Amino acid sequence: MTRDEATFTIDSRGEFSFPENHKYDAGYGLTESTIDYISDAKGEPDWLRQFRKDALRKFNEMPMPEHWAPESLKNLDFDKIRYYLAHGNAPTRNWEDVPDEVKRTFERLGVPEQERAFLAGVDAQYDSETAYSNMQEELTKQGVIFVNANEGLMQHEEIFRPWFGKVIPVGDNKFSALNHAAFSGGSFIYIPKGVKLKQPLQAYFRINSESMGQFERTLIIADEGSELMYMEGCTAPKFDTATLHSGVVELVALKGAKIQYVTVQNWATNVYNLVIQRGLAMEDAEIRWIDCNIGAALTMKYPAVVLQGRGARGEVLSISIAHEGQHQDTGARMIHAAPDTSSNIIAKSISIGQGRGSYRGEVIIGKNATGCKNNTECDALLINAESRTDTYPAINIKGNSSSVQHEASVSQVDEEMLFYMQQRGLTRAQAMSLAVNGFVNELINEFPMEYSVELRRLIDLEMEDSIG
Amino acid sequence: MSLLIKNLSARVKDGATILNNLSLEIPKGEVHALMGPNGSGKSTLSKVLCGHPDYEVISGSAHLDGQDIFAMAVDERSRAGLFLAFQYPIEIPGVSMANFMRAAMQSRLPEGEELDVIGFYKQLRGCMKELKIDPKFTARAVNEGFSGGEKKRNDILQMKMIEPSYAILDETDSGLDVDALRIVSEGVNAMRAPFRSFLVITHYKRLLDYIRPDVVHILSKGSIVRTGGYELVNHIEEHGFDFLEDIDSSEA
Repeated sequence: MTRDEATFTIDSRGEFSFPENHKYDAGYGLTESTIDYISDAKGEPDWLRQFRKDALRKFNEMPMPEHWAPESLKNLDFDKIRYYLAHGNAPTRNWEDVPDEVKRTFERLGVPEQERAFLAGVDAQYDSETAYSNMQEELTKQGVIFVNANEGLMQHEEIFRPWFGKVIPVGDNKFSALNHAAFSGGSFIYIPKGVKLKQPLQAYFRINSESMGQFERTLIIADEGSELMYMEGCTAPKFDTATLHSGVVELVALKGAKIQYVTVQNWATNVYNLVIQRGLAMEDAEIRWIDCNIGAALTMKYPAVVLQGRGARGEVLSISIAHEGQHQDTGARMIHAAPDTSSNIIAKSISIGQGRGSYRGEVIIGKNATGCKNNTECDALLINAESRTDTYPAINIKGNSSSVQHEASVSQVDEEMLFYMQQRGLTRAQAMSLAVNGFVNELINEFPMEYSVELRRLIDLEMEDSIG
Repeated sequence: MSLLIKNLSARVKDGATILNNLSLEIPKGEVHALMGPNGSGKSTLSKVLCGHPDYEVISGSAHLDGQDIFAMAVDERSRAGLFLAFQYPIEIPGVSMANFMRAAMQSRLPEGEELDVIGFYKQLRGCMKELKIDPKFTARAVNEGFSGGEKKRNDILQMKMIEPSYAILDETDSGLDVDALRIVSEGVNAMRAPFRSFLVITHYKRLLDYIRPDVVHILSKGSIVRTGGYELVNHIEEHGFDFLEDIDSSEA
């Protein structure tokens, strides 16, 4: 791949867009009538309409998170956001049925390649509605359900409704209530007992409308002894007014199940990316969040695992890159609610220019949770003296037979290192990229192959931009 | 064709002047040794020539085969053929030796041309074998956790790969045991050629017994005070740098 092609397909800033042509548009602001509009458009049952309205009431009652939320969150005006936009196309299963406009977007995003490689259940979301989804016959034969939120709740109510909003309740915080009220799209997945998916399931979604809120909703239930990896990655066009992206992701890993959830987030730098991700791991189950945040003006995201059953394991591997004008406020939470549970957190943040990276970690070990282990490592790399990084770890242990280990470091790409590399012929930008890649190398190796290649490329582009 | 330094004065940025009207010419094909007491400016000279950001040139010039190197960025000087084996090679965490070398080799190719990866690995393995470096080192992060001697050997490996036309070895012998010293020196000697020059910076005769210089320079207080043949090395070995005091007083 030549440099030019790379810049074309993986635009690190996402500065491109396509004409909009929406059949449904709920207008600006969120009221009961907005919800009626959404429910009507989707043909939802009464219980769901009421559920949304109850959530809206909660949303209006609850205060904005204030105790740590960055100043810039105050710039968010909920009345200047459009809460529902859709093409109105029914979700399609065939590539041929996908509208040309959408295909063109995918092409620019480099999707077709992935699409060929991972035809196993691609569910690509365009704006609020699933425009394309393809479930391989084999998946269906195995009893795997892979649908969007509305299909999940309406056609598989008995499977999804019992867990919907259980891992992350409506009133968890204001944004959780917002998502419960306005959710649209996202993926609902059920993996039956003992089914181990070899291919990752993946979703592509992007925002393509000015001032449009996207409130996707994902619920993954891995039944006993099952295994899956889910990947989501996104890029978005750049607009002048702020765009809110506030998703909710709930994972349920039943006894002995394994879920890996991979996110590569590269929203345009005017997006507010406020995502709540939490998993529930039962006995001997394992949940692993692999998270990479590159884009968005503000990211607030702290993937969590509630270790509910004995022997459960939780892991968060996180990389963030904060540029000029960006704040990546990320971290992890581990709640040890059962004995012999273990968790691991590795977070690496890179701050460039006046970009700001923050790590917030919380490890809670309950009174009856004996024999638990946690390991936390968070490292920050500063690209120049103006960069800022903060670490806020919180460790709360009730019992006394657990072991918790925390390590943190802050380093700079120093001039001696750059000089050494430049003396070997690398340009300053190449030297910088290599140093930064080295910093995150171990973690990037944990990402699925095609993402790790893309990530390295993205870092290269970011470094070139930052040096000019 | 030479590395030609004329009336060079340089200082630590906003600090003390270290090089003082220094002139030196190293013609293609020759090996020059640079000796001198601690603090005389030997390492500074190598860093100034390569463009280290901590130093600034006050006056004077340096030309590499006629090209003004002070007008070039650090990496441009490297690609023009100037190489520095560091006194203290730098660690680059997380970046494997193989990837680092690949990037260095790729940077020398014309734009759009891709490095022949198979050829690259062949060359790398060959060079490592010559320097008796464990092939496993290709997967290790550059210099990270290496012993002092391993780091030095690794720098010489890079030199063999890059095949520069002008190489500066800054106290490459320090930290090397006798066997390593011999291996490294053999590696350097094998590269001696009519189209390549070396500037060997050292405190000790023992390195120059392996790598025989054509010309020896003595640096004191930022200037070349003596230039001669190998006999200068013997003189210093016997009498140390004390004789420099006499030069100073006779000049005064």
